[in-house]
Parts: sequence; structure tokens; C-alpha cells
Amino acid sequence: MSGGGGAELALFFVIDFPAMLAGTLAAVCCGLLGNFLVLRRMSLTGDAISHAVLPGIVIAFIVLGTRASMPMLLGAAAAGVVTVVLVELIRSGARVDPDASLGVVFSAMFALGVLLIERAGQLRNIDIDADCVLYGELEHIHWLAATGPESLLDPAALAQMPRQVVTLAAVTLVAVVVVVAFFKELRVVCFDPGLATTLGFPARWINLVMLGLVAAATVASFEAVGSILVVAMLVCPAATARTLTDRMSVQLWLSAAIAAVSGAGGYVLAALVPLWMGAEHSLQASGMIAVVAGALLVLGVVFSPSHGVVARAVRMGRLRVRIAREDALARLYRHEERAGAEGAALGGAELVGALEGVVIGRVALRSLIRRGLVERVEGDAFALTGAGREAAVELVRSHRLWEAYLVHEAGQRPDHVHRAAMELEHLTAEGESGRGRLVPESDSRETDPHDRPIPPRPPPAS
Amino acid sequence: MGDVLDILALRAGYNTSVVLAGATLLGVAAGVVGTFTLLRRRALMSDALAHATFPGIVGAFLAAALLGVSGRSMPVLLVGAAVAAVMGVLSVHALSRSARINEDAAIAVVLSVFFGLGAVLLSYVVRLEAHGQAGLRHFLLGQPAAMSAGEAKLIGAVAVVAVVACAALFKELRLVCFDRSFARAQGWPVDALDLGILGLVVVVTVIGLQSVGLVLIVALLITPAAAARFWTERLWLMTVLGAVLGGVSCYVGVAISAVLPRAPAGAVIVLTASAVFLVSLFFAPNRGVAARAVRSARFSLDVEQQHLLRAVYEAVESSGAGSGGAVDVEGLGRSRSWSRARFAVLLRVLALRGWVRVVEGEEGRACVLTGRGEREALRVTRNHRLWEQYLISHAELAPTHVDRSADMIEHVLGRELVERLEEALRGRGALPVPLDERGAPPSPHPIHGGRGRGAGGGEGGA
Repeated sequence: MSGGGGAELALFFVIDFPAMLAGTLAAVCCGLLGNFLVLRRMSLTGDAISHAVLPGIVIAFIVLGTRASMPMLLGAAAAGVVTVVLVELIRSGARVDPDASLGVVFSAMFALGVLLIERAGQLRNIDIDADCVLYGELEHIHWLAATGPESLLDPAALAQMPRQVVTLAAVTLVAVVVVVAFFKELRVVCFDPGLATTLGFPARWINLVMLGLVAAATVASFEAVGSILVVAMLVCPAATARTLTDRMSVQLWLSAAIAAVSGAGGYVLAALVPLWMGAEHSLQASGMIAVVAGALLVLGVVFSPSHGVVARAVRMGRLRVRIAREDALARLYRHEERAGAEGAALGGAELVGALEGVVIGRVALRSLIRRGLVERVEGDAFALTGAGREAAVELVRSHRLWEAYLVHEAGQRPDHVHRAAMELEHLTAEGESGRGRLVPESDSRETDPHDRPIPPRPPPAS
Repeated sequence: MGDVLDILALRAGYNTSVVLAGATLLGVAAGVVGTFTLLRRRALMSDALAHATFPGIVGAFLAAALLGVSGRSMPVLLVGAAVAAVMGVLSVHALSRSARINEDAAIAVVLSVFFGLGAVLLSYVVRLEAHGQAGLRHFLLGQPAAMSAGEAKLIGAVAVVAVVACAALFKELRLVCFDRSFARAQGWPVDALDLGILGLVVVVTVIGLQSVGLVLIVALLITPAAAARFWTERLWLMTVLGAVLGGVSCYVGVAISAVLPRAPAGAVIVLTASAVFLVSLFFAPNRGVAARAVRSARFSLDVEQQHLLRAVYEAVESSGAGSGGAVDVEGLGRSRSWSRARFAVLLRVLALRGWVRVVEGEEGRACVLTGRGEREALRVTRNHRLWEQYLISHAELAPTHVDRSADMIEHVLGRELVERLEEALRGRGALPVPLDERGAPPSPHPIHGGRGRGAGGGEGGA
């Protein structure tokens, strides 16, 4: 390893590594705890907490002159209590919407915190300002005792790890332990607090503990990412994980992983990539972490295989094609009935009909041909094959049975039932079991309300 | 201090006075628009909108700089802010419509991620060292001192237009706020009106960027309106009051922040508004905390006085003495769980109101009901017994279970309700004797209480 390379590596460990670690830990810690806010629809409470703790932090700093974590946590807790009391007074007195009461209180407290922090800088002769509050100071977290990767194994150097990283590591550890140890209780409380109480879980206490942990995570992350961006950490990874899975245990670990990627990736994109690309300065790391988290969320929303926009569009498209297929088959069958001859053909345009649109119609037609249900007779005319006729019979039978049912059992007028039956037939046309159960006792009828014959039940396949 | 007064009295120079006037008009507009925002429960959406302007401002500056135009031109920046705000709103809608994210999470995501994007862009712009980029920070927490007179006039003009728009649409907005479905059924374009309110929020946010800053502008929208809510139930008054409070908060806040070093204007304005809010919270005549506490204390006192009267009456009744019988005070004090101090206060109040007389006797103090006192005691006792009887006959409760409930209900039964009670009981034959003004129905359960004294003495307590 050349001297130059060694120096760069050492520099990485002094400057970048602790910052990246802090950012990642903040992201993971908040991301894990944020699941409970997102699931309980309390995301804005997270926003409120992160704003409301500010005066507590600052007052603790002013009074004690130190940025040590314990007094800050206590200060934050005190601010939290004040917030809750005020919000309750407002809700019961002004009868103001709870969101608005929250907004009044937390913005007032945030303003107080900002003012104090600007003035506190003078009091304690330290130059801190509102910027730290808004974006944090990831770039100022340095591990001065590091000399290179070997410092990771050196207890003396590790003991000098910056305070913010140590606090974040501790809070993250506590969060992980609590989530793992109390997973069952947390899950029940998240989804059904009433049930939780009847099962003997103290739902309100669990709620308070989780909010307290969120507050602690906010305070610990405050110096890394500030008061506003921490909200992105609380909400985005959890929301992204939620688009990908339905199972809470999977969601929790997925959100932690996504948060870690956001934290590390955001830092790399902001602090390292610009330098690699030859720029002289880096970009704001904490902001980039939030942006990456948001981008991952958008990716999840769009591309999630189960819930994503694309997946839903594909499913919807498939459904529309299927319905168009079945409608075409039924149309051909009726055409045959009217013409009185099997093999009567329809032109492509008539077959597809105006209902589903030209594109879907053409796709459906091609699909029918591929499945051997319809064959091209000549030019632009198509007719049912034997298999197609069987399929069409099922559909038309379903349709007419529904019409009979709607008129005779549901009391509808004969001229009103065609539309409904056109939709309902698709439900019962596919699959033996569906039809057998859904199509009711009108089975034995022979004609529908329009005096058309109901095709008999096909003999079971041998 | 003198400086502040100078500013407030518009004596500190043309520029300052114009800026002050502009900011005040902004406060008025925010108060008016905030009323409707509050009622439409859009308070926190406004927060997302406000934070979303950040990348728009920086982006507009960047675009202008790249095009060689001065980025410091306010209309350019404000247009950028407005565009970004609209994109923020659209993003919230798009996100919350995707199946797995609900509105509060969408708001939190847009709020923080857009802000993060703004932070990243700002870090890029700062490196460019383009002229005017230092001023971009001021859009976060407000810096009215950096405004020119021309800009202040623009702000004032736009604010006036916003207020006029609200006044013109007042009836429609009121309808949409209170009964949306009725408005829709009546044919009002409720969606357009909603969009209109949101549009007004964008306008107020954008003109408030320089005075209050985007982080705290939402407080200016919510807090004066919420404060106004404490004083009145009527919408037009609430709107006017919100306007006044908003204007005053800005007026005072800007003046103070101009004089105090290191006091971001946004923070001072919000704190001023919050102080006004706190005063309203505590001292508003009907709904304020103080008024409610007084009402509650008075009600408690009334309730306990009536309990004491009834205790005296029942003691006399059970001792078999006629009216005018005296009751031993010591025993009376022990009959219910009053503290000695409380009992003394109650007795004194009753004496002062002329309902009892306290006489000294050989065995200690005794109290006697006056004529008026006896009538009131009778009324309360009758209410109590009627209700008990009602519970026994109609709700089929056991006689030992009815005292508690009657203890509470006796105070709130009005004359009409009492008559209906009697009718109901008479109908069931549960009223043993026809009642006149004197005498209450007998108690269905044994009464424990003070001992009676007086003519025929002897039988003592029950």
C-alpha cells in the first residue's frame, strides 16, 4: 500500500467513516421505530416529536453547557410532557382538530428552540446555529483517533469514537432489542389496540414506550440529520417496506435494510461521488440521505411486485384482456345462434366490439387465436373452433342463468338484466367449482327471460 | 427598547416602515386563510406545502444563474416556490392514493424529502458562490430586514388580494367548511373551492417566505386562527379576529426581530403568535381554561351544597323531628367524605346564603334549615328519591344500587323532567302517595347519616 493510498484511507476513516456510520445508524434506528408510527397512522406525531424536543435539548445544553446525551434525553422528555399537556388543553378547549393543535404546539416549541439556539451560541461561546437544527452536522463528526481500518480493532481508538456515533449505536441497540423482545406485543398493539388490552397487554404503556423511544431516536439523530430530515428517516423506509410485504416481521427487517442503504448510500452519493467525479466540493449529506430514502419509496410504490403501480396496471390489463376475450367468444356464439349455423363468422371489427378499446380488443383476439378458441376463416373474418364453442357455451350459459336469476329471484325487470349479467357472467364462467357454487337453483330452467334457450350443463369431462 | 418602539410607531425610516406594513398585511392574510385551512383540516398539508417550496426556491435561483439572469429577483424565486409547492401537493395526493400509504405518511414524506432535496441543492449553489446565494438561507426562517421596499409592497398587495378573495367567497367557503355534502348536493363546485383554499395557502406561503420563512409559516396559518377559535363561535368573527391576531403577531414580531441580534424573524413572529394563543387559551371568557376552571369549581360547589342540604334534611327526617329540627354538626360532617376544611366552607356558604342557621347548643353546634333552605333541600331530596324510584321500577336495579347514580343526577333534573318522572312513576304505580309541595317520597333504602335532634328526639339515626 503506497503512502499516498494509506493517507487517503486514514482520512476516510477519520472523516467519512464516522459520518457515514452516524448517518446509517440514525437511519436504521429511526427506520425501525418508524414502522410503528406508520402502521398506526401517527407519522405526523413523529414530525411533531422531532420538532417539540428541540427546546428541551437546547435548554439542557444551556443549563449544563455540554452536549452529553443523558441530560439532553431528559430535556427532550420534559419537552415531550409539556407538549402533550398543551395539546390536550387545546383539544378540549378550542375543540380544534387534533392535527392542528399538534401543529400549534410543536411549531411554537420549535420556534422557541430555534430562538434559544441562536442566543445560546452567545451564552456558551460556541458557534452553533439554526442550520444544525435543520440539517444536522454529519460533516462535522470526526474520528480523530483513527489511522486506518486497523483502528476498528484497536480498543484505544474505539474508545475515542465520536460521542454522536456512540449514542446512536446505543439507541439503535436498544431499539433492536425492544423490537425483537416485544415483537408479539408490538404487533398486536399496532393492529388492534382493543384486542391487545383484552389479551392483557398494557396497550397504553406500550404506546408510551414506543413514543418515548421515537423521541430518544430523534434526539440521538438530531446532531446527525437535524429535526426535519429525521422525519424522512422515520417514515420513508417503513413505508417502502410496507409496499413490498404484508408480513410485519419481514417489514421490520426490510425497513432496517432499506434505511441502512439510504443512510450509507446517501452519504456516499453526497460526500464521495462528487469528489470521485472531480468536483471540488461535496453535497449536503443529510439532505441526500432523505432524498435517497424518498427515491427508494417512489421505486417501491411504482415497482413493488405485489402493490406497485406497474404491477397493478399489469394485473388490470390482464383482466381487461380476459374480459374482452370472453366477450368476443360470447358474441361469436350469439352470432352463430342468430345465423343458425355453426362456423358463422364475424369480421374483426364487429368481433372485438367497441367496449374494450381497439388495442385491448386486438390483443384479446390474438390471444383467442393462440389458444385455439377462434380461427381465421378468410381475410378479416373469424369463427369459433370446437374448443371455442365449448368455452362460449359456458359463458352464455352463465349469462342467461344470471338473467333468469335476476328476473325470477331478484325481481328485476327483463330489460334491465342484460347489463348486469354481462358483468356477472365473467365471475362464474371460469372454473368448475366457481360456477357450481355461484350459479343458483335456476339451474333447471330451460329459457332465460328473453326466451332464449339456456345451454344445458355440459357433461363432466371423462 | 426605544428602537422597538420607534419601529412600531413607523418612525424608523421609510424602508423599515414599508417592510413592517407588508409583513403585517401578510399576517392578516395568513389569519384569514388560516381560518378556512383550520376548518378544512388542512393544517398539516400546509406544512408539507411550505417545506416543499425549498427546492423550488433554490432550483429557481440555480436556473436563473445558469441562464445568466440574476437569481436574486424575488418574482423568480417566488414562482419557483409556487411551482414546487404545487408539485408537493400533487405528490401528496399521488402518494396517498397508492394503496399502502395513507395521507399522514404522504404528508410527512413530502415534507421531509422535498426539504432534503432543497438542502442538497442549496449545498451545491453555495459552492457556486453566485451573487445573492447567501440570501437563500433567509427563506428558511425569515429575514424581513433583507427585504426591499418594492418587495414589501408586492407582498402587501398580494396579501390584500388574498383577503379580498376570501371576503368575496366567504359564503361559499363557509358552506364548504361546514357541510361539504350539502354544498355538493346544492350544486356548488366543492372541489374547485377546495382547490381555491389550497391555492390561497400557496399564495400566503409564498409571500410569507421572506418574513417568516418556510419552516414556520404554517404556524402563522394555524396559530392566530386557533387562538381566534377560543373567543367566538361565529365564523365571520373568527376570521376577523384571526386576521387581527395574525397582523399583530407579525407587526410586533418583525419589530422585535429587527432590533434583537441573532433572532430569526420567523421564530419571533411565531412565538408572538403563540403567546397570544396562550393568553387566549387561558383567559378567553367561555372556552378558556380559566373560565372553564371557574365554572367547574362553581358547579362542584353547588353540587356539594345540595348534598349537604339533603344530608341535613334526611337527618331531620330520620330523627322524626318536624321541620325546624336541628342536626348535630359533627355528625353531619362525618356523614359524607368531606374533609374538615371543605365541610366548614360548605356550611359557611350555606349559612351566608340564608339556607341554614348554625346554633350553639349544649352538645355542640347544630344547624337548622331555614324556610328557604328547607324548600331547596326538599327539592333536591325529591329529585333524588324520584330518580331512585325510577331506576328501581323502570331499570329494574336493586334498591341498594341506586343511590350513587341518584347522587349525581339529582342536581341536573329540571322541573319539566321531574314532572315527567312523576308521571312515569305514577303510571307504574310506583309512586305510593300523591305528592304536593311538602314531603318527598320515602327513600327506598336505609339512610345513614347525622343524628337528628329536637322534639320527639329519641329514635336517633336510621
